[in-house]
Amino acid sequence: MYTLGGVSLKRFCPLVLVLILAISVIVGCAQNGEEGEGEFNYPTKTIKYVVPFNPGGQSDLEARRQQKPLEEKLGVNVVIENKPGGGGAVGWSELVRKDPDGYYLTGMNIPHIILQPLARENAGYETDQVNPVALFQGTPIGLAVQPDSPYNTLDEFIEAAKAKPGQIIVGGSGTYSGHHITLMQLQDKTGAEFQYVPSQGAAPSLQSFLGGHVDALLANSNDLVQQEENMKILAIGSKERFESLPDVKTFMEQDIDMTASIDRGVAVPPETDKRIIEKLEKAFLEIAKDEEIRAQMKEEGFLPLAMGAEESKQYINEMKDKYSAILEKVQAEAK
Amino acid sequence: MPADFIAALSNIAQPTNFLIMAIGVGFGIIVGALPGLTATMAMALLVPFTFTMDAVPALMTLGGIYVGAIYGGCIAAILVNTPGTPSAIATTFDGFPLTKKGKAEHALVTAAFSSAVGGVIGAVVLLLLSPPLASIALKFGPPEYFWLSIFGLTIIATLASGSMLKGLIGGGIGLLLSQIGIAPLGGEMRFTFGLYQLQAGLSLIVVLIGFFCIPEVLSMIEKKFSQHDSINYKPQKGIAKGIISDLIKKPILLLRSAVIGAFVGIVPGAGGNIAGLVSYNEAVRWSKKPKEFGKGNIDGVAASEAANNAEVGGSLVPLMTLGIPGAAPAAILLGALMLQGMRPGPELYINYGDITYTFLFSLIVANIVMGVMAFYGARHVAKLINLPVSYLAPMVVFMTVIGSYAIRNNITDVIIMILFGLVGYVTKKAGFHPGPIVLGLILGPIAENGLVQSMLMGKSAGSMFEVFFTRPLSIILIILCLVSAGWPLISNLRNKTPDKEADANA
Repeated sequence: MYTLGGVSLKRFCPLVLVLILAISVIVGCAQNGEEGEGEFNYPTKTIKYVVPFNPGGQSDLEARRQQKPLEEKLGVNVVIENKPGGGGAVGWSELVRKDPDGYYLTGMNIPHIILQPLARENAGYETDQVNPVALFQGTPIGLAVQPDSPYNTLDEFIEAAKAKPGQIIVGGSGTYSGHHITLMQLQDKTGAEFQYVPSQGAAPSLQSFLGGHVDALLANSNDLVQQEENMKILAIGSKERFESLPDVKTFMEQDIDMTASIDRGVAVPPETDKRIIEKLEKAFLEIAKDEEIRAQMKEEGFLPLAMGAEESKQYINEMKDKYSAILEKVQAEAK
Repeated sequence: MPADFIAALSNIAQPTNFLIMAIGVGFGIIVGALPGLTATMAMALLVPFTFTMDAVPALMTLGGIYVGAIYGGCIAAILVNTPGTPSAIATTFDGFPLTKKGKAEHALVTAAFSSAVGGVIGAVVLLLLSPPLASIALKFGPPEYFWLSIFGLTIIATLASGSMLKGLIGGGIGLLLSQIGIAPLGGEMRFTFGLYQLQAGLSLIVVLIGFFCIPEVLSMIEKKFSQHDSINYKPQKGIAKGIISDLIKKPILLLRSAVIGAFVGIVPGAGGNIAGLVSYNEAVRWSKKPKEFGKGNIDGVAASEAANNAEVGGSLVPLMTLGIPGAAPAAILLGALMLQGMRPGPELYINYGDITYTFLFSLIVANIVMGVMAFYGARHVAKLINLPVSYLAPMVVFMTVIGSYAIRNNITDVIIMILFGLVGYVTKKAGFHPGPIVLGLILGPIAENGLVQSMLMGKSAGSMFEVFFTRPLSIILIILCLVSAGWPLISNLRNKTPDKEADANA
């Protein structure tokens, strides 16, 4: 029954050869020629810009928006490639194992690169291995309730949650994600207790909210801007008032000392030459400061950022300390 | 409003717009036909160009690619038993047996006609019924998704025509495989064996290629050496005409499949693959000769293809009205709309009426263009399988490797594909149909998400029963589950001759 129909294995030799050929094509494509020693001359060949998420997502769109201007500024081709999986973890795990030759970049997202190694046993990379080049886009996280909700202010909402612990359902995207940690922060700062219901991504969690299946929603600023008429936004996690939602108060203004944001940038492998990082940083920051691109971002509900390599590194370390403390506290309480 | 309609029609009639859309359709068909390359990828490639394009040609082209790619998936499904896109899974069930009988052209013409009819119906639904249907889509909360996936699992009864036990085992294996990766709640790593690559879980497309294609290629080679008849195709006159007049006599089949497809499309997260499978299942259920399915019945191809192309229109309903992308390609369209400064929702129809209606009408036109291209291409495409096995087999294997790599640019996926190919070869010999396994893999994550979210809702409300069993839409779905699960018993009682025959493509 399980024989190969009386066929000797020899017959399958051509197949095995084809397999080897196909794999070598892939591996061949993945490995470019060696860098010549001697004077510093970068870039001289195609740069691969990996997006660790699916096509069509925000990180993907941003990379594709940058593709053409990057090519103009660097004078070489830039190829965008999607390597989705594990909320970005697969892409970052690949990144930290690559040659630091400057021809392999990967989009980086905060707090993902901080939270995944903290929350998972084997994320495949460590936060400090992700070597930042620049941060160019911020998405403050906001808290919204149903348009017909009895709560009109953040205070009322918090008080209600204290009165009925665990009975108010807050939707968001992912576990140990930006949204999840935002809610943990809110609970930690106020002592209120909510029931968090995670969805697999921003679109499904928005759908759950619009369908009335959750009482409140944590969402990124671009989604809030798009869906403004369908919700009451109680607070936003930016430091100052957010330009695209001028009437929404920040958490800080309402005496809750916290900020919450998803930030996007780009990173290279560890040990990359400083001069390479400088070149890339210059190109990315020029694009980030481009008036037309900034205007487009604001229109879509994003906060344009322009942080260089050093500034990004500091910011990541600050966030890491903050988030580690919250997670430790939550895990200690759970025990 | 009428002014917008006229503007829309004149936009589409512009030669440059029409031509670029037709090129999009052609490009989509080619990409869709290659296993591992998806509609989403083809559309993503175009995004950087849409920055500089006007909104009308940009959206028309993206729509054309989407329509073309979903049809294109049937080509590989029919010729080499490999769904070119996941939407074409159910097309393999009868499409490939037709090819084995030397009727590849019959299958391809059926697919062309049904896809065009289904696609047009889906696009008309999108044009005329979006707002009321979008509000139905929103009624689907976590409990409804849970029951919907349970309903989907009842399809196993149809797919496991050989042996119910093997079907159920297959479904169970599929569900288990879907658990690999990060838990949706709690975020633990499951079954990753310490490999960071497995955090991502198994890619459906990679498993499809492995399970459906590799065993077929191995059989091809076996047959060549054991002097069996190999598959071939001889062009004959009048096939196409005969098929189309046959299908026109079955309006109920096409209409039912298209309505199922459009409706499944409207529910965000349930894609063309589920649309095709549910529609195929209903075609078998309502057929007077259910035993003919799986052995090369054109009704099976028509049911799957009409549904998955109708799903395209359906999947854009929540996008245009609510700004929620119901499927991956719809997410790309959302991005393209945002780049043009157009926010989905009511204002799309009010402030950008001319552009929006141009796009909606162009989807109807794109489906007709696709049908014509596919119809005239069928004969030439069918000739591909006349290639000698010594050329065809290596070509197909080469494509599978490239395709499974391309889907996530991940070498691990190639290894997984080869592993599943070998497993699939053995299970095929043992009489397991790959359908139930794949069904479990598709529905597992939807069921699990629905279950854990519902349980959290129940915990918060203080009553699990209330969340799972008292919501109106849930009750309808539960009744559907019971009827669907009980159906084989009912029909077995009616004709007391249990089918013991092995499935032709098990």
